[in-house]
Amino acid sequence: MARSDVQLMLDVKAGDEQSFALLLHRYRSPLVNFLYRMVRNREQAEDLAQEVFLRVYRARADYVPSAKFTTWLFRIATNLALNSVRDNRYQRMEISLDAPVTVDAEDGDEKALDVAEKHPNIEQHLIEETRRKMIRHAIEKLPEKQRAAVLLHKYQELDYGEISKILDCSESALKSLLFRAYETLRVELAPLVAQQGRQ
Amino acid sequence: MNCRRMENKILGYVDGRLKESERLEMEKHLATCAACRLRVNEFRAVTVLLDELPVIAPSSAFDIRVHARVAAEPAKQSWWAWFTPSPRVALAASMLVLAMVWVGVRTPEHPAIAEQDLPVVNSGDYDVISSFAPLADLSQAPSDDDDNVDANTVRPM
Repeated sequence: MARSDVQLMLDVKAGDEQSFALLLHRYRSPLVNFLYRMVRNREQAEDLAQEVFLRVYRARADYVPSAKFTTWLFRIATNLALNSVRDNRYQRMEISLDAPVTVDAEDGDEKALDVAEKHPNIEQHLIEETRRKMIRHAIEKLPEKQRAAVLLHKYQELDYGEISKILDCSESALKSLLFRAYETLRVELAPLVAQQGRQ
Repeated sequence: MNCRRMENKILGYVDGRLKESERLEMEKHLATCAACRLRVNEFRAVTVLLDELPVIAPSSAFDIRVHARVAAEPAKQSWWAWFTPSPRVALAASMLVLAMVWVGVRTPEHPAIAEQDLPVVNSGDYDVISSFAPLADLSQAPSDDDDNVDANTVRPM
């Protein structure tokens, strides 16, 4: 039976490096994805994720399982992401509308698109890419705290109690925050929402 | 339940996180409120749209970098480790003591000067000003007739 996160962390505290490797394996992908959607830069997201794991490792001696491991982990990640977003706010470059279409900006590789070669159904591909861009932009436009709340709620599937601890707010404040965020997304994505309703 | 009260529960209803009693209350309200039914459907559509974003995989070097950074971390010592004798500190301390002893042995003592070797000057018999050679040369002021005039000297008209 797989050891729980808390047990693995307690083993790390006792000096078991292998348990740290297991935690790394278990959470590297959720963390990198969460941070990528927060900071919108793959390299930076990986740097921040490394920093999160390093902080977990540094804190091993003082670790006390008073909360869920994921709450602690994503609290560190969220704080780092919010600081990074605030630091970069004025440095970020807007994606030019004239920039060449890319295969998938999501994967971070800005390769020029050779549509005809790789995607026989060009029109379908472009439609999907446009939808994804709209969704990404809608998430990106949310205020940082709302964005973090949506990402933790939707993609990490954390419960309200955990998210409110991560964001340092009450559960009722979190519910209002999430409601406002989904309202904004509903408005921003109105054309896609209407399309979805017709399907 | 009115629409205002429903706002904070609508998302919980959409993602199935409401308590049974809250869910039943919500469904009772939805049965009579078209606006809230529409809102629920639109929120459902938003959550479906959010699922369309692809998941990225961390780069192949990610784990290596984390392990390298962890390996570079200094070993954490507990507070009592401060009292544990360290070979490096012991060696440094012994070297310091040896150096101090060596410096103490090598430093020569100041040579003693006998009292009779010290020059005695009787201030009553000794004119310091007139005995000072450079001042004695200045006893006569230079005259205007001197041929050897400094070029920078400004003559009076």
